[in-house]
Amino acid sequence: MASPPEAAPRTSAHSNRLVAWLDERFGWEDLLAPLRHKTVPVHKLSYWYFLGGITLFLFVIQVLTGILLLLYYRASANEAFESVQYIMTQVQFGWLVRSIHSWSANLMIFTAFAHMFSVLFLRAYTKPRELTWLTGMVLLFLALGFGFSGYLLPWNTLAFFATKVGTEITGQVPLIGKPLLIFLRGGEEVTGATLTRFFGFHVALLPGITTLLIAVHILLIQRLGMSVPPSQEAAWKALPPDKREMPFFPNFFAHELMAWYIALGVLGALAALAPWELGSKADPFVPAPAGIKPEWYFMFMFQTLKLIPAKLGPIDGELVGILGFGLVGLVWVLLPFLGGDRYGRRQVFIRGLGVFALAYMLSMTVYGYLAK
Amino acid sequence: MRLTLARRLLLLLRPASCLLPPASLVFAAACLLLPASLFADQAPPQPAKSSCVDCHSSFPAPTGVTEEQWAADIHAQKRLTCAGCHGGDPKDPSPEGAMSKKAGFRGKPKRTEIPAMCAKCHADGSYMRQYNPSLRTDQLAQYQTSVHGKRLAKGDTKVAVCIDCHSVHGIRPAKDTRSTVNPLNVANTCSRCHSDAAYMKDYKIKTDQFAGYSASVHHDAMVVRGDLSAPTCTTCHGNHGAAPPGVASVENVCSTCHVFQAQLFDISPHKAAFAAMGTASCITCHSNHRIVHPTDKLIGTGNEAICTNCHAAGDPGFAAAGRIHDDLTKLDEALKRSDDVLDKAERSGMEISQARLDEAQGRDSLIKARVTVHSFQPDKVEQDTQAGMKIADKTYAAGVKALAERDYRRKGLGLTLITILVVLAGLRMYIRQAESRKQSGGS
Repeated sequence: MASPPEAAPRTSAHSNRLVAWLDERFGWEDLLAPLRHKTVPVHKLSYWYFLGGITLFLFVIQVLTGILLLLYYRASANEAFESVQYIMTQVQFGWLVRSIHSWSANLMIFTAFAHMFSVLFLRAYTKPRELTWLTGMVLLFLALGFGFSGYLLPWNTLAFFATKVGTEITGQVPLIGKPLLIFLRGGEEVTGATLTRFFGFHVALLPGITTLLIAVHILLIQRLGMSVPPSQEAAWKALPPDKREMPFFPNFFAHELMAWYIALGVLGALAALAPWELGSKADPFVPAPAGIKPEWYFMFMFQTLKLIPAKLGPIDGELVGILGFGLVGLVWVLLPFLGGDRYGRRQVFIRGLGVFALAYMLSMTVYGYLAK
Repeated sequence: MRLTLARRLLLLLRPASCLLPPASLVFAAACLLLPASLFADQAPPQPAKSSCVDCHSSFPAPTGVTEEQWAADIHAQKRLTCAGCHGGDPKDPSPEGAMSKKAGFRGKPKRTEIPAMCAKCHADGSYMRQYNPSLRTDQLAQYQTSVHGKRLAKGDTKVAVCIDCHSVHGIRPAKDTRSTVNPLNVANTCSRCHSDAAYMKDYKIKTDQFAGYSASVHHDAMVVRGDLSAPTCTTCHGNHGAAPPGVASVENVCSTCHVFQAQLFDISPHKAAFAAMGTASCITCHSNHRIVHPTDKLIGTGNEAICTNCHAAGDPGFAAAGRIHDDLTKLDEALKRSDDVLDKAERSGMEISQARLDEAQGRDSLIKARVTVHSFQPDKVEQDTQAGMKIADKTYAAGVKALAERDYRRKGLGLTLITILVVLAGLRMYIRQAESRKQSGGS
């Protein structure tokens, strides 16, 4: 009966000894020192800070569930569909792992986009955070690459034809289009060779690059600290006593933990109530199903390409669309270098551009789903 | 244009090529035709220039023939000319010369002459081989055995001759969907005469065949579902040898497609009974032109059952019909019950593809049982329905299991969400404590 009160001090004593052991060897306390001193600004827009953390959390979920899926998944045209079917029906909690993997992939891309736009609208991408924006944008493109390569892996009808259409669009890129198409497909057509390649991209190449870039991205955030929105910065400058901050550890971290738990709850609910469907096995010899559509995050581009006339003067309409998206993407990546000063006039224009881009993406996505 | 040019060059070379060895001839032809074949899709073969069309294109019907109409004709595309049927010289620009007796001008052939005139080429195997080696050449022989042919021989010019079905001056091959004898259009072509009560008055035959066929399962398959292998008038009656099948041959006609039904019927008690009654086998139950989609209600002892036309309560056939109907209905309902539960599981996102595959086998058993009905032996039908029942029970159980799994997942989700809420509440308390500690520390 006397043991419980003693348990806490004993645990505490054990952990202190462990910390001392680590400190003696690796300078543990020195490693944690920046975290102990790091603070996070507190203001009415602070909740936008959580989006990056949630995206990271979802990436970790992706890695963990992906490793579990690898225990049973077989990357060949003959076995891929059956292996995913086996995971969904025979493996204990296989359905949960696969559904969480698919849902978290979609949620991760959603939160990554939301994070990008919040950074844009809060002007957190300007000097001195140009490299943070740059690495973030590359991470967003990598997330889209994860989505595109992972979509094919179950080898079902929708995935097969969506990949066919997607790689065909890639083939339209001037000069490098054809070699790129051959490289992605592993030949002229989408076959088992494409599946093997996409599997390699999805589980080795993309995770490797992404992990490295996430490390750089986080390091830059730690080094530069959290950005404060210009309006808040001006208000605090005028009234310094109003400036509020919270310690990163444990206060902000506990808040972040709450956000992660909420994300976990949402993921669990989606996986249990709407398990990710498998569809039917891909058959390269049947015609594509009518009204085939890509994943939602590619829909705005797909719908735009559909709306562009086949010929714009002497130039192929699809080519104009692809070049247009490529150019917009490049401008977007280079925004910190094109936008000038954080408080300059160009920022108003960039904000307008951001609002337009967001409205365009949303409306085209909705239009894409409503259009036949 | 290049195709035409190539062909002209080939024609010019033809006399000289007779002197060349065969290999050289083939090579020369291949060299000339290769570029032509590359453009074959772009430039359809053009009809030979004809002075007949020059004049007749401006005439009204029936002597008028437009250039478009003639260009679409298979004979024109094979570079045959008007002279093939009408005689004369289409190369002569003057009407007098083109239609001179000297040039063999025959004018409009009489209806009684038409079958023989067409057969001049179409019954000549060696001539037809150069255009289409797979085309039959027995049309005239067949026609002479048909009701149309026999009546024409007796001088009845109202009956159909070649041009009534195949049209004239715009004859397209049967595989062309615009052809009057394409499977999709055959029923309409026949109905032009056979549905015309005034025209058919003298023959004292019904004119409701097309109306009946239009309401049939065969018409539905052909026109609605676009299944060109579905039967149309000529499938059962023959085309050139068109005649109504006799009572004895109806089964032979239907069995060309419904093979198993015919085999089972041959071992059924109805075979001898129908023969004794002098009634045609299949059409006694299914009718001839108005063959509606068969349902399980057609067999049995209910109001819609055909069996009650002959069988009454108390006779063994009546009891057998009732038993067969019950077995079919039982399997159908079991499959529907299984389908409902699998649908529900599928809507809940459960993976039930294996059960769906099994269910398809159950449906196959039902289809097989419906075919076995034609044996009119309840034990044989029961064998098939029992096999289907086993599968239906199995797939129903799979559906129930999937729904139980769904409920288990939802309970698991509920517990997980409660746990997450508790953790969130704990974290919230921890944050408050940390903040209050900081404030008290700060003050």
